[in-house]
Amino acid sequence: MKPAPFAYAKARSVEDALRLLREHGEGARLLAGGQSLIATLNMRLSSPAILIDLNEIAALSGIALRDGDVVIGAMTRHAEVQQSDIVASHAPLVAAAMPHVGHAAIRNRGTIGGSIAFADPAAELPACLLALGGRVEIAGATGTRMVAADDYFRGLYETAVGADEVLTAIRLPAATPASRFGFLEFPRRHGDYAMAGLAATARADGASLKDVRLAYFGVGMTPVRARKAEAALAGGDVEAAVTALVSDLDPPDDIQASGAVKRHLAGVLLRRVTAQMDARIESAHDGGKA
Amino acid sequence: MSRQLDIALTVNGERVSERVEPRLNLVDFLRDTLGLTGSHVGCEHGVCGACTVRVNGTIVRGCLMLAVQCDGARVETIEGVSDSGAIADLQEAFTRRNALQCGYCTPGMLLTAQELLARGGLPTREEIREHISGNYCRCTGYHAIVDAIEAVAQQRNGSKA
Ligand SMILES: Cc1cc2nc3c(=O)[nH]c(=O)nc-3n(C[C@H](O)[C@H](O)[C@H](O)COP(=O)(O)OP(=O)(O)OC[C@H]3O[C@@H](n4cnc5c(N)ncnc54)[C@H](O)[C@@H]3O)c2cc1C
Ligand code: FES
Ligand code: FES
Repeated sequence: MKPAPFAYAKARSVEDALRLLREHGEGARLLAGGQSLIATLNMRLSSPAILIDLNEIAALSGIALRDGDVVIGAMTRHAEVQQSDIVASHAPLVAAAMPHVGHAAIRNRGTIGGSIAFADPAAELPACLLALGGRVEIAGATGTRMVAADDYFRGLYETAVGADEVLTAIRLPAATPASRFGFLEFPRRHGDYAMAGLAATARADGASLKDVRLAYFGVGMTPVRARKAEAALAGGDVEAAVTALVSDLDPPDDIQASGAVKRHLAGVLLRRVTAQMDARIESAHDGGKA
Repeated sequence: MSRQLDIALTVNGERVSERVEPRLNLVDFLRDTLGLTGSHVGCEHGVCGACTVRVNGTIVRGCLMLAVQCDGARVETIEGVSDSGAIADLQEAFTRRNALQCGYCTPGMLLTAQELLARGGLPTREEIREHISGNYCRCTGYHAIVDAIEAVAQQRNGSKA
């Protein structure tokens, strides 16, 4: 199908984008990589009056290490994040997740800001943001604010970003020598949205894992933290953690899989991702030998 | 009706200036406005890869980019890449290995494969499968396509040594 007609404006700066959003109100939509938005326009699932294109705002893209955070500009393409040395060394969870985000051609265009703003409940990057306890930088009429990942996801495709605001960057705490992470997903085909997936972080304390954060995706309206399982895992009991998932998660049926299948997969993911984090503790003790 | 916009870009090395509606997708612009029908249209929502073209050197979905976003861009389609001779070996391998039947997926498949091969080295079959995972083929079952890409990777590596 073809999209309904719309007008088009290029924003020259974040201020310009904010001004255009205010000027056009309800009917305006920001265009980032277009890899979700243009698909929904083509299917006529939405029909905005005007698209405000962020692609010419150079200041919105780039990756830097700043004050202990990995800062990634909203318009940084998935492919750039995937190839970044800073991300590989300081946000290895994101580096591990990136190859699973769509396909090569999608990653050449899609942006990290678009992914976090769209907040598909089955997407990898929102779950990584949540697992890492990162923050989202949002610009609006009254200036720029920072929202913690735990307060950012509000509902299905609903986030802390208001209709008249622009997500400008995400900030992820840089990994330390004690940081551990695990990532795994079960899609039907490589690059598709997962039936269920898990992004996890923890801090190694001797042979045990502390500050465990388990962010599931594809199992609810938003990425979901499994808090009872986190506590059980920090207590060293993987099977208790798997049992705790019953009260942590209530996955609905969707086009990828039934809720029952997702529930089963969540347990499999937890065992395997915990093994990834444990193996990384052991290899750290062995002086990094794989 | 929304206002039409003027764009100027290069397509396969030639300068093109046109007036387009904002809602016109790149692949429809190439096919309908410029008559370059080598790029195909399948799903129109990013899933099948039939519309794959290059913009400023990297492959993109032609159905998920607007023509107005290509103002000032360098666009290459299968017609241009084929004429340049850069993928003659790949095209030959596709024919020899039966990596195409109806040919609907082939232009997108070739551009996607070429992006992987251009990185150099010898990708594993798994890496080849991963890289073409966004391109549907309804005919071949993919095996022959992976064979053809692998053969060209070996050929290009051998001829460099
Ligand atoms: C076939 C296919 C497979 C895919 N598979 C996956 C997958 O497995 N995992 C995955 O995570 N994603 C997947 N995607 C989606 C892809 O990652 C998108 O790139 C991403 O979800 C949206 O990013 P975008 O830059 O393309 O945003 P757009 O499509 O341009 O925008 C999406 C939405 O976010 C809003 N928005 C964008 N940027 C901002 C901003 N800076 N501030 C405020 N609002 C903003 C837009 O207004 C729009 O509503 C897939 C896409 C396709 C077509
Ligand atoms: S037509 Fe563009 S991906 Fe299918
Ligand atoms: S050869 Fe027919 S779709 Fe691939």
